[in-house]
Amino acid sequence: MLTLLAVIIGFLYASSIYMFLRRSIVKLVLGIVFLSHATNLLLFVTGGLRSGEPAFTAEDGTVDLAAVSDPLPQALILTAIVIGLGITAFSLVLVYRFHRETGTVDLDELTEHDKP
Amino acid sequence: MMLFLPVILPLAAIVLLLFTYRMKRLQQWISIISMSAITVQAVMIMNRVVLDGPFAAQAGGWPAPFGITFTADLLSAILLLATGFLSLIVTVYSIGFMDDTRKTAGFWILIHGLVTGVNGSFLTGDIFNLYVWFEVMLISSFVLVTLGAERKQLRGAIKYVVLNLIGSVIFLTAIGLMYGQTGTLNMADLALRLRESEHTGLINSSLMLFFIAFGIKAAVFPFFFWLPASYPTPPVAITAFFAGTLTKVGVYVILRFYNLFVVTDLASWQIIVMIVAGVTMVSGVLMAASSYDIRKILSFHIISQIGYMIMGVGIASVIGLAGAIYFIVHNMLSKTGTFLAAGLIYKYRGSYDLKALGWIYKDYPLLAFLFLLPALSLAGIPPTPGFFGKFFLIYGGFQAGAWTITAVAILVSIITLFSMVKIWNEAVWKKIPDESAARQKNHLPLTSLWATIVMAGLIIALGLLTGYLSEYFFEAGRQLKDVDLYIRTVLH
Repeated sequence: MLTLLAVIIGFLYASSIYMFLRRSIVKLVLGIVFLSHATNLLLFVTGGLRSGEPAFTAEDGTVDLAAVSDPLPQALILTAIVIGLGITAFSLVLVYRFHRETGTVDLDELTEHDKP
Repeated sequence: MMLFLPVILPLAAIVLLLFTYRMKRLQQWISIISMSAITVQAVMIMNRVVLDGPFAAQAGGWPAPFGITFTADLLSAILLLATGFLSLIVTVYSIGFMDDTRKTAGFWILIHGLVTGVNGSFLTGDIFNLYVWFEVMLISSFVLVTLGAERKQLRGAIKYVVLNLIGSVIFLTAIGLMYGQTGTLNMADLALRLRESEHTGLINSSLMLFFIAFGIKAAVFPFFFWLPASYPTPPVAITAFFAGTLTKVGVYVILRFYNLFVVTDLASWQIIVMIVAGVTMVSGVLMAASSYDIRKILSFHIISQIGYMIMGVGIASVIGLAGAIYFIVHNMLSKTGTFLAAGLIYKYRGSYDLKALGWIYKDYPLLAFLFLLPALSLAGIPPTPGFFGKFFLIYGGFQAGAWTITAVAILVSIITLFSMVKIWNEAVWKKIPDESAARQKNHLPLTSLWATIVMAGLIIALGLLTGYLSEYFFEAGRQLKDVDLYIRTVLH
C-alpha cells in the first residue's frame, strides 16, 4: 500500500511540474490542482497506513497505539482540501476573466508587463 | 481571550460589512471603527507584554501542545501594533483614494480579511494554524490584486496567484514531513523535541522546504518574480497595504522559524541565509535603478529592503535581530509612506511615469515634502528611522565579522539613495512648461492627504524616539533568541 501511494504521489508531482512547464494557463491551474492533491496524499501517509483497524479503540475498549493510524493528518487534509477547493475556483475564474479580456490563454502573453 | 481579539475583531467587522454591503458611507465608518479597535487592542497586548513578559493562550482550553496556541512576545506585539497603525492609516487614505466601483465591490471586507490573516500569523504558535492564516491572507490578497479586473491587473495577478500557491503547497509539504518526523505541530513543542532529538539530519530537508515557502512569501532571491509583476498593477492604496504587511509576514516567520527550529548545521544555514540576503538586496536595487515608473521603482525596492531584514536573521546576534525587527517596523511605515505619497502624486498629476512628471516642488511643496521624508528614510539618511535600522544591522554585521554582507549592505544603500534621488529629480524637481498637458493640478482628497501626513508624522516620531524605543527592540531580539523562554511560556 505504502509503495503504491509513494508511486502515485511521485507521479502526481511529476505531472504537476510537467503541467507548469506548458504554455497554457489552464494547464497551469491543473498543475496546481495536481500539486495540492499530491501534497494531501503525502500528509495522509505521514499519519501511518493501517488497513482493517478501528479508528481509535478495539472492540474490547483497549487502545493499541501501534496498530491505529494517527487521525490528526486526516483532519489536516480536510482543511487543506477545503482551502484547495476555494483556491482552485478562484484561479479558474481568474483564467476565465483573463481569457475574456485578452482572448488568449498563452503564458507568453504575460511577459509584456514585466520589463522594468 | 485578549490574544484572540486581534483576529476576532476583523472577522466580526467582516460580518457587519457583509450585512451593510451596499451602504457606502456606513461601511467606511465601520472600517475606521474596527481598525481603531484593532489598534487599541494591539496597544493593550503590547502593554501587557512589556509589563509581564510573553504570554500565551490556548484555544478552547485544550492544553498545549494538543490545542491551538496563540503566543505574544515582544516581537509579535511590536508587529501587531505596527500593522494596526498601518491598516488604520491605509483605511482612512482609501476613503478618498479608492473609486466607488471598487469600494462597493467588497474592498473593505477584503482589507479586513487581510488584517485577520496578518494578525493571526503574528500570534499563532502552531504551524498548521499558521498555514491557515497564510491562506486567509493570500485569498484576500488575491481578490484585492484583481479587484477591478483591469487587463494589466489580471496579467500580474496570474503570476502572483500561481507562485504564491506553489509556495503554500511547499509549506504544506514541509508541515507534513515535519509532522511525520516529530509528531507535533505546536511550535514550542517542536522546538523542544528538535533540541532533544538525536537524528536531526532529516529535519534540514523540512527546514529547507519551509525556507523556500517563506522565501516565496517574503520575496527573496530567487523567488521574488511575482512581486514586481503584480504589485504595481492595483490601485496604489492596495499596493501600499501589501507592501507594508504581506512580505513582512514572510520575514517574521523566517525570523521565528530560524531561531526556534534551526538546531543543527548552524554555520551552513548562516551562509545560505547571508548569500540569499546579499543577492536579494543587490538584484532588487539594480532593477529599481533601471525603472522609470514610480510604482515599479518602489516595488523593486521592497525586494532590496527584504534583503536587509534577512541579513539581520543571518547575523543572528541580539543586535542583528533587533536591527532586523527595527528594520521591519521602519519599512512598514516608510515603504507604505512612499506608496501613499506616490498615490497622491498620481491623483495630482494623473501619471506615475517619471518622464511625464515634474515640478511638483513648485506647484505643491507639501506633497514634495511628503514624498521626500519616507524616501530619505528608505535611503537611510539620519535622523529618519531608515538610518537607525541600517546602523543597527551594519554595526551587528561588523561585530559578527560578516564583512562581505555588510559591505554589500552599505553599497546597496548608496544605490537606493540614487534611485530615490531619481524620483525626486524627475517627478518633483524637473521643470515642465506651464502650457504642458502634463501639468495638471487636480484636487487632492482630504482624507488621503491627512493619512499621508499622519504617516509622515509616525516616521519622524519613530526616527526621533529611536533612543528611547531601541531598548524594546533589543528586548524583542533577546526574547526571540531565548528559545527556552518561548517554550516555557507555551508549555508552562
